[in-house]
Parts: sequence; structure tokens; C-alpha cells
Amino acid sequence: MLKILKYSFFDLMRSSWSYVYFAFYLLLGIVLLFLNNDLSKAVITLMNVIIVLVPLIGTIFGVMYYYNSKEFTELLLAQPLKRSSIFLGQFLGVAISLSMSLIIGLGIPFMAYGLFKSNAIWDFSLLLVVGVFLTFIFSALAFNIALSNENKIKGFGYAILMWLFLAIIYDGLFLMSLILFEDYPLDKVSLIGTMLNPIDLSRTLILLKLDISALLGYTGAVFKQFFGTSFGLITSFIMLTVWVVLPIFRIVFKSKKKDF
Amino acid sequence: MVEIIDLYKKFDKNNVLNGINLSIKEGGIFAVLGPNGSGKTTIIKTILGMVIPDRGTLKVFNTNIKNNSAYRHEIDYLPQIANFPSNLKVSELIKMIKDLRGKTDEDQNLISKFKLEPFLNKKLGTLSGGTKQKVNIVLTFMFNSPIIILDEPTTGLDPISLIRLKELIEVEKNKGKTILITSHIMSFVEEVADKIVFILEGKIYFKGSIDELKAKTKQQDFEHAIANILTKNHA
Amino acid sequence: MKIQLGILLLLISTCFASAQTLTVCKADCDYKTIQGAIDSSQSGDRIFIKKGLYKESNLIIYKKSLHITGEEGTIIDTQQNGYGFSVEATDIIIKNLTIKNIEVSYTKEYAAVLLFKSYDFLIENITVENAFFGFLIQKSKDGIIHNNTISGEGLAEADSGNAIHLWHCEHIKITNNDVRRMRDGIYLEFGSNSYISNNYSTENMRYGLHFMFSNDNTYENNTFKANGAGVAVMFSKKIKMYNNIFKKNWGTASYGILLKEINDAELKHNIFEDNTIGINADGTNRITYIENTFKNNGYAIKVHGACYDNIYSKNNFLYNSFDLSYSGNLNSNKFENNYWSNYTGYDLDKDGIGDIPYRPVKLFSYLVNRTPESIVLLRSLFIDIIDFSEKVSPVFTPENLIDNQPLMTQVTW
Repeated sequence: MLKILKYSFFDLMRSSWSYVYFAFYLLLGIVLLFLNNDLSKAVITLMNVIIVLVPLIGTIFGVMYYYNSKEFTELLLAQPLKRSSIFLGQFLGVAISLSMSLIIGLGIPFMAYGLFKSNAIWDFSLLLVVGVFLTFIFSALAFNIALSNENKIKGFGYAILMWLFLAIIYDGLFLMSLILFEDYPLDKVSLIGTMLNPIDLSRTLILLKLDISALLGYTGAVFKQFFGTSFGLITSFIMLTVWVVLPIFRIVFKSKKKDF
Repeated sequence: MVEIIDLYKKFDKNNVLNGINLSIKEGGIFAVLGPNGSGKTTIIKTILGMVIPDRGTLKVFNTNIKNNSAYRHEIDYLPQIANFPSNLKVSELIKMIKDLRGKTDEDQNLISKFKLEPFLNKKLGTLSGGTKQKVNIVLTFMFNSPIIILDEPTTGLDPISLIRLKELIEVEKNKGKTILITSHIMSFVEEVADKIVFILEGKIYFKGSIDELKAKTKQQDFEHAIANILTKNHA
Repeated sequence: MKIQLGILLLLISTCFASAQTLTVCKADCDYKTIQGAIDSSQSGDRIFIKKGLYKESNLIIYKKSLHITGEEGTIIDTQQNGYGFSVEATDIIIKNLTIKNIEVSYTKEYAAVLLFKSYDFLIENITVENAFFGFLIQKSKDGIIHNNTISGEGLAEADSGNAIHLWHCEHIKITNNDVRRMRDGIYLEFGSNSYISNNYSTENMRYGLHFMFSNDNTYENNTFKANGAGVAVMFSKKIKMYNNIFKKNWGTASYGILLKEINDAELKHNIFEDNTIGINADGTNRITYIENTFKNNGYAIKVHGACYDNIYSKNNFLYNSFDLSYSGNLNSNKFENNYWSNYTGYDLDKDGIGDIPYRPVKLFSYLVNRTPESIVLLRSLFIDIIDFSEKVSPVFTPENLIDNQPLMTQVTW
């Protein structure tokens, strides 16, 4: 698997898309920091960007890479390699190279700006950790979609739809159901609802850092325990890990049964 | 060496393999023939483990290939369409496959045989179809495995390379290897194949030498023999 | 005239002549107990307490002017028995002492120092440990409470008192004190013309500072951090609040300042940082908020009903989850020339003022008021979208609740 990972990774590192992605984050970081000159504001803007864009790019990249490397995959399949290692290797190649672009692309401007001397470093590192998690989750989900759909166009369509659903529609339905059932105790429900969507989950993690003052304004005991103690942080990270592991399991499972 | 027992495979509602039984015990060149969509490639892919059969057993050197990948060390495969990662250079691809499968020195000979030296530092994406096919051949023949599977090996080759390929196949055959070939070029098949495996509607319709096929169809030459099978069955 | 002056001089000299210093210590002194010294003293005497542990309580000073000073390391342990000092006198100084273990009572307000009808007093450098009440000052005037440290160990509001509690007092200066882990840090009830500055009030269960029916007071340069509910200013007029820091007041009913039924107050140069609610205003009239900074609060300002003629000008609103939550009508409250970090407008004519107005109230804050649990959707893209559409065409938020001249850069002072 490590060999496949190595080749996929270097293959991607050479593709112009990685550079575009890298350059995008580099530019974003520079614009946010040096035109704005406000680290806290930059971190907040960055959060909005990361939570929406990283999943989108992870999804598109994952699907694209899968379909584009189809022949290469077939070449590998004829080699004495386990199927799970081929697909996990490719998945990790995509996820790691995307994460690298993200970390380095944002890291350079922030470091140049003097992040290490600032106390925003924790917010920033959390942002990067969340970004990496989201990259892994969404490229894994994208691989799942691509594995289940031979048709490229269909696969792309489903992938974009999934992103749209998790990034926007889900929250809309979520809000509507909260308003609809506002007469009932909802704190548990709302937390569970958050856990079921990796984008919401990551958002919550960042809220814990940026908006803890607002979150602690609510009476529910469950809320208080979740946001007021490290319980929320730990639970969120566990759930994010689950969100990474489950799609990976499905990749392994699905790839074993698939015909090429 | 290769033993296929009662193999079934369905794609959606389309029965592609309908109980294939095939046993190849000896070396030699086997041409797998059949009309389009008869299941040639599917058989080859099931042998390679790329297509997973619905039913039936497939053994290579007496080991069941289900959930196994190590047996593919015994097989060299030349895929039909050679599309490689376009960002890689030829030399890197060869290095990579060596890295994945094990060491070999045969690649140097093959590269000079097919005159690929000038292309070694070119990216695969920039190569012509024929050159790609040559690279494909190098990748296939550089390992000394007892079973070789060639899916349309002649695609895109110029006459000189075709001669080189035939020489290669001959050399490998003389080593006592089992070689499975699919091809649409009947003259090529007639020239190289020892035995024909003819597949029709997911079943083995005929297995035997070219002479036996001619005798069976009462035709004088090979191409007509094949055509005879097809017209008879389509009529 | 000459005779009068002579008499005055005589009076002064006799005063000085008769004033003596009584020294208290455990051995080799005239007095072994503080109460003994107090009992023997004349008005105008000094009492000097040498270092050591004195297990005394309910030290009563009645109508005697005394200056009581301790040596460094002088500790009075009241052993959970009533008051430390109980004073009713004029010209009183109590200085340089540690008083500890004040009795907790549910019926009486036991304090380390109780002043009743006392004038011209100075309480300085007193450390109160394990306090029930710290200083309880009633019906007194013209005093200074300076550089004291008061801390309690109560676990609930019911079994703890206030660090500095003023009741019906005037002209008191409360400066440089450190009050923590009490019920209220500093509490003024019916107090007026007092000045509170440079105090540090933290971890108090209720309020860091609390005004009730107290008019014409000023507090400045204080820090209020992580108190149950910050600072409460209630039913008072003409309070000036300058240069204070309100920090990390977190909780369901927690804020930097609670303003309730307040008129004619002024808030200037205060910093509100990391509070659940920066300012919670309820029934406030004619209040000016000028050059304050609201940073990283859940809500910078939450305005409830019945607030008239308030002016919010030149404040910095930085990275608050919500800048403003508003119930009811605008009632001639004005927002002008503030800096809003959430402002996304532009300044084409380069006059430092944004060319398009800013709407500080988001639709989402209404949703959160209605369904509190929806707070988990904060900063969601969906919420941004509905907030944006509300911004473009307001339906739920008051049309005229608007800063017409938002600043492009932060206000500095």
C-alpha cells in the first residue's frame, strides 16, 4: 500500500491541480493577512472558507482522481497487489497531497506574518487539523461515490450533490426541524444532528474555540456539559475519526467486490 | 496451470459467462477467440482477479484465486488499452512496476529490442499509441512468469515491432510457458497459436488445434473456419 | 482673632500631647489583646499591633477615634465567631492586618470590618481570608478603602457574602482592592458620589460590582473577570463607567454589564472581551456608549425593551458571534460611527467612513432567541445565506436599526 501511496502522491504532486490548489491557499492567506492586517479576522474568514471549500475540493479531487486513474488502476490490478492496498494507497495519496497543499499553502503566509508569536496559533492549528480531517473525509466519500458509479458524469453529479447537501441543505433542514419542534427539549437532538454531518461537526469544533462565549449562554444541561467541558472537544474528534474510518471501510469492502 | 470450473458471471442482466469450464495443463500458445461481447476479456479478467465471478472456481497452479493476490506473481498481463498515468516518464513507469513486482534485468534488452531508448525520458501522455503499446509490451515481458496473458497485443504496432513481438512470444513459448492471447487479427492467431479456445455466448464452443477446427468446420483455411462458426450460429 | 487662633493652637497641641500609642503583642507589651488596648484607649490614640496570631473577635470601637495599625504578619483569627471589628466612630484608620475565618450566618451579616455611622475612615492593606462579608459599611461617609485583598471560600451564593458592601454611604473611595470568590465583589446599595477605581474583581459568584439605587457614582480602571454575571448596575442614575475591563463572564445569565433601569449613564473606553453578553441593557435611558471595544463576545450588546435615547458611537465591535440583539422598537436609539469587524462595505471616497450602511442585527440572532438550540448552526453557510438575504431585504429586523456611517478602521483612544 505504501508503494501505491508513494506513486499516487508523487503523481498528484506533479499535476498542475495540486499547484492550483496550493496557490489558491497561498493567495488566500496572503490576501487575508497582508491586505487585512488582522489575524483574528483572517482566522474567522479562513474558517468559513475551510469549512465550505475544503470539502468541495476534496470531493471533486477525489472523484476526478479516481476516474482519471482508472487505466492506471487496471494496470495495478493485474499486478500481485491487494485490491485494498491499491485503493487505500490511491485514496491516501489524494488525501495527503491535498492536505499538504492546504497546510503549506496557508502555513507559509501565516508563518511569514509572525503566527508563532501570536496567540492565534491555536485557533490556526485547530483550523488546519479540521481542514485535514475534512479533506480525508470528503475524498473518502468521493472515492465511495466513484467506486459505486461507473458513469463519470453520474459520479460527479452525485459527488457535487453530496457536498451541496452536507454544506447547505442539511443545515436548512436542521434549522427547520428545530423551529418546528421548538416546544420540545432539543439540546440533545441538536447535538446529535451536528454529529451526523462532518461539516457541522468541524464547524462545532471551531465554534468551541471562536464562539465559546455565545455557546455558553444556553441553559440546557447537555449543552453545558458539551460546550463547557472538554467533553465536546473529545466527542467531536472521536466522531470526526469515525467519519474518516467508516468511508474507508466501505472503500475496502466495495473494492473487493467490484469488477474492472 | 489454469483451471476454470463452472464459471458464471452476469453484468446487470447480461449473462456474460455461462458456465465456462477450461483446463490448461500444458505450455503453449492459446488463442482465446470469439465474437465481440462473447466474454473473452471477461475470462481473462477473471483469471487476473479483476472481475469477480458470481459462481465457479478458478485455480491457478492449484490455488484458488479467491481473495488472493500473490498468485499474480505467476502471471504477466498485457492489457488491451494501454493508458498510463500521463505525468509519469517511461523510465519511471518501468521503475515503478519493477518496484511493485520485483527485480528484473530483462527490461534493458526489451527496451533496445523495441528501440524505446529515445522515449525513456518522455512523459507517457506525450507518446503515440504505438509507442505506448511497446512500453506495454516491455512491462509485460520483463518478468519471467510462467503464464502470460496478452489482450490484443498487436494493436498499433508497426511491422518491425510486430515481428519482434512474434519472436518474443516464440521465445517465451519455447521456455515452456502458457500464453493466452486474444486478437482480432486472424493471420496473427493462425501464425502463433497452438490451440484455439472459441467462446460463444459465454460458453466454450470449441477447444483444440487449428487443424481440428478446420476439420470440424470443414473449411480449408482458418479465417473461413472462424467465419463459418459465426455465420452458423447467427443464422 | 488672635485669641481665637491661640485657642485653636492650644487645642491642637493638647490633642497631640494627649495622643499616645498603645502597643499590643503576645509578650512584653502593655496589652496582650487588641480589645484590651481598645478599651484602654482614648479617642485619638494609636494602637500598634505587633506581629503574631490573635484569636479575637467582635472588637468593638464605639465613638472613639482610633488609628489601628498592624505590623507585617499580624493575624486576627475570629474563629468563626461574629465580626472582626465592629466600629461606630469618626476618624478611624484600620491598616496592615490580616483578618480571617469570619463566621458564616444565614441571619446576620458578619464581616471582617463593620463600620456603622462612621465618617472619615481609612481601611488600608487589610487581607481578609475565608471571609463571609469582607467590609460591611453602613450609613457612613467620606471614607477610603484602599489596597485590600478579600477572598472567600463559599460554594454557593447563600453561604457567602459580599467583599465590600456599602449601604447608605456617600463619598467613599474604593481603590486598588482585590476581591475574589465572594458573592458580590463590591456592592453599593443606596450609595452615592462614590469613586471606585483600579480594583480587581474576579471569580465572584454573583457580580463583580453591583449598584442598587446608587446615583452619581464613578468607576474606572477596574477589571472584572470571570464573575458569575459580571457587573450589575440597577435602578441607578448618572453612573460613569470608564476604562474598565470586563472579561470572560461566561454562563447562561452572564454578561459584562447588566444595565437595568438606568438613566443618564456614560460608558467610555471600556473593554468587553470574551463575555457571553457584553452589555445586557433593559430599561435604560439616555446612555451614551462611546469608544468602547467589544471583542469576541457571544453578544456584544443585547437590548431588551424600554430603552430610549441611547447613543452608541465610535465603538469597536470585533469578532463577536453577534454584534447586537434587539427586541422591540428602535426607540430613538442611535448607532453611528462605530467600527464593525463584520462590515463588508467599501469606502470609495476615502473619508474613512463606509459608503454603505451596516446592519448590526442578524436574522439568525432572532432565530436563536426563538429557538436557542439553533445556536449550533452558528457560522453555517446556510445561516450566512439567510443572513445575507435578510441584509439585502430586511423583513424581520427593524428597518432603521442601522449604522449609516460605519468606520473603516478601528477606533483608537
